[in-house]
Amino acid sequence: MRKTAYIAVALIFVLPISLSVVRAEDDNISLSERLHDDYGVEALGFAETRWGTRMVDDENEDTLSLGEARFQVQLDRDFDSFQIQFKGDLLADAVTEELEADIRNLSLSFSPSDMVDIKLGRMVSTWGTGDLVFINDMFPKDWQSFFIGRDDEYLKQASNSIRTGLFLGDYTINLVYTPRFQGSEFVSGERLSYFNPGAGQIVGQNMIMADDAPDAYFEDDETSVRLSKRFGGVETALYGYMGFWQEPEGMDATTGKAIYPRLNVWGASARSPMLGGIGNIEVGYYDSFDDEDGLNPYIRPSEYRFLVGFERELAHELTGGFQYYLEMIDEYENYEQTVAPGMEARDEYRQMLTMRLTKLMMQQTLTLSLFAYYSPTDNDGYVRPKFQYKLSDNLLVDGGFNLFFGENEHTFWGRFQDNTNAFVGVRYSF
Amino acid sequence: MKKTIVTACSLFALLVSAPLAATAAEEVDVEEVVNKANLAAYYAGDDGKAEINMTITDSQGRERTREFIILRKDKEDGGQQFFYVYFKKPSDVSKMVFMVHKNVDKDDNRWMYLPALDLVKRIAASDKRTSFVGSNFMYEDVSGRNLSEDTRELVESNDTHYVIKNTPKKPEDVEFSSYTVQIDKKNFLPVKAVYLDKNGKEYRTVEATKVEDIDGIPTVVESKVTDLEAKSSTVSKFSNVEYNIGLKENVFTERYMTNDRKARDLANKTKK
Repeated sequence: MRKTAYIAVALIFVLPISLSVVRAEDDNISLSERLHDDYGVEALGFAETRWGTRMVDDENEDTLSLGEARFQVQLDRDFDSFQIQFKGDLLADAVTEELEADIRNLSLSFSPSDMVDIKLGRMVSTWGTGDLVFINDMFPKDWQSFFIGRDDEYLKQASNSIRTGLFLGDYTINLVYTPRFQGSEFVSGERLSYFNPGAGQIVGQNMIMADDAPDAYFEDDETSVRLSKRFGGVETALYGYMGFWQEPEGMDATTGKAIYPRLNVWGASARSPMLGGIGNIEVGYYDSFDDEDGLNPYIRPSEYRFLVGFERELAHELTGGFQYYLEMIDEYENYEQTVAPGMEARDEYRQMLTMRLTKLMMQQTLTLSLFAYYSPTDNDGYVRPKFQYKLSDNLLVDGGFNLFFGENEHTFWGRFQDNTNAFVGVRYSF
Repeated sequence: MKKTIVTACSLFALLVSAPLAATAAEEVDVEEVVNKANLAAYYAGDDGKAEINMTITDSQGRERTREFIILRKDKEDGGQQFFYVYFKKPSDVSKMVFMVHKNVDKDDNRWMYLPALDLVKRIAASDKRTSFVGSNFMYEDVSGRNLSEDTRELVESNDTHYVIKNTPKKPEDVEFSSYTVQIDKKNFLPVKAVYLDKNGKEYRTVEATKVEDIDGIPTVVESKVTDLEAKSSTVSKFSNVEYNIGLKENVFTERYMTNDRKARDLANKTKK
């Protein structure tokens, strides 16, 4: 009953906005044009509604996997020597039965000298060469949004940071400092179920994971740095990260709560045109140094990570991308000793293949895409077929499936296998 | 002694070729015309900037629009070039940046910046005969087709135009069998290209529909591509065209793609 009320609220909230936009355009001057002409503010945004349903019976979760109305507005204002940007979302969520506001960008950008750029505030950051596989990108993510079929934009979470770029000839140094750890949105059981090793089964709303995140300003901080240089067509970079595991990869034995152990990551990447396409390679060492050489049973051990990928056009308006990913546990013998009896130990090597196919049709108004992860070592995977159709410059419909499968329930993708779902969305942009 | 032989040979060559040349109305070096046309169409000034408004009309008369700013810098005339495209409309592509380092002797480097994800993507550039942002223009129409990919012959030379037929050296790589280009004799601008499909039937035209003199440089300010088969077309209107604004090479880097303030400064840049 409450759900119906939320849906009603959502519709009431989205419809007038959409209508007002349409009406404004009838007068040949839209609201955004008025803002621009009168105040120098660039305004953009969209209203959308998305719905999704679980295709596998899960007694601990709702059948409705996604049900929401969202309104996003972007405002930018340029001043002589700086720029202010704002991007915020209002979300009426029928699954959590909550109204949420999220600021995705509220930042001040300026350049104190020719060689320095600074961006200060709340923003989304991305780097690295992987396609939906991240090694050196330790910025907060929201895989839950991705898994239920929200727009790809929401895979990335905004964080409160200072981002600087230092440009010294051919070399670029980027530094992102986050004074207070944020962490990624993880699957906790609230709206997606997962395999809980303690419970030995897939759990959901009956057993929502409680976590204890580090939250002291300037003490529980995160620093990401990248040094990059281009050699002709080859882009290379070195990376460093000092902070925490982005998801709760540890447990406090006294409270039983999930915790975020300390983590440093050191890595490198290269990306270059080759064989008529783009090749990329990326490596990283995840130094989980609170784990004491892999002997602490409550903390995820250190790992080596390796990625190699290639993307190219396979035919007219058809692009294919392929990646091989390897995760290797450091000091595996030590880790093996810490695995409690009855618990499944992870393999020393976890291998994964990904494939992306993108086909553009009907003068690029229709996009058919497929992204698939498959792990031959875990025999599990995640497949995401999707379509997107632009009815006009303003109106877009999309839809697809999030298909999880796995031979076992405890593996990386296998643990989400009760969340297989289908989704559709309609978006009006202005 | 050697010199005398060389001179004698050239004289002989001249004698032999002279009667041949006399049969045509005039002596035309096709490669020279095509080179001049390539420079006039794609290398005007040392750099340039234009605001572009594209209207794409499909067979049912439905319209879509694209608004963007193009910045270009030439490393050398006829050689490497840099392009930077900043999108303004429609709103779902607003603030996206598309960047190309065009090479003559190897594949281009292409990048796309997606602001919502703060993601710099590299794009495989093997197929240049794909649609540019969903319009009837192809990448090759925008940045120029590499001259080494076709063989050419002069089919007509009238009072106003040269008409040159271009045949691809690798027909399997492209969707056309040949295309003819009309080049204006006054300014060497290509004003119309007609493409023939594999059956020799006309299916696509690219036209310069309006030419203006800007800073003494003849400039196409409106062009149109028509797909005769799909019955769709795209009209591009160029405004605020400026040349020689003093763009630096470091503009065509990731720094200027990922920094919207810098990008907008560029978009508003005018000649001092």
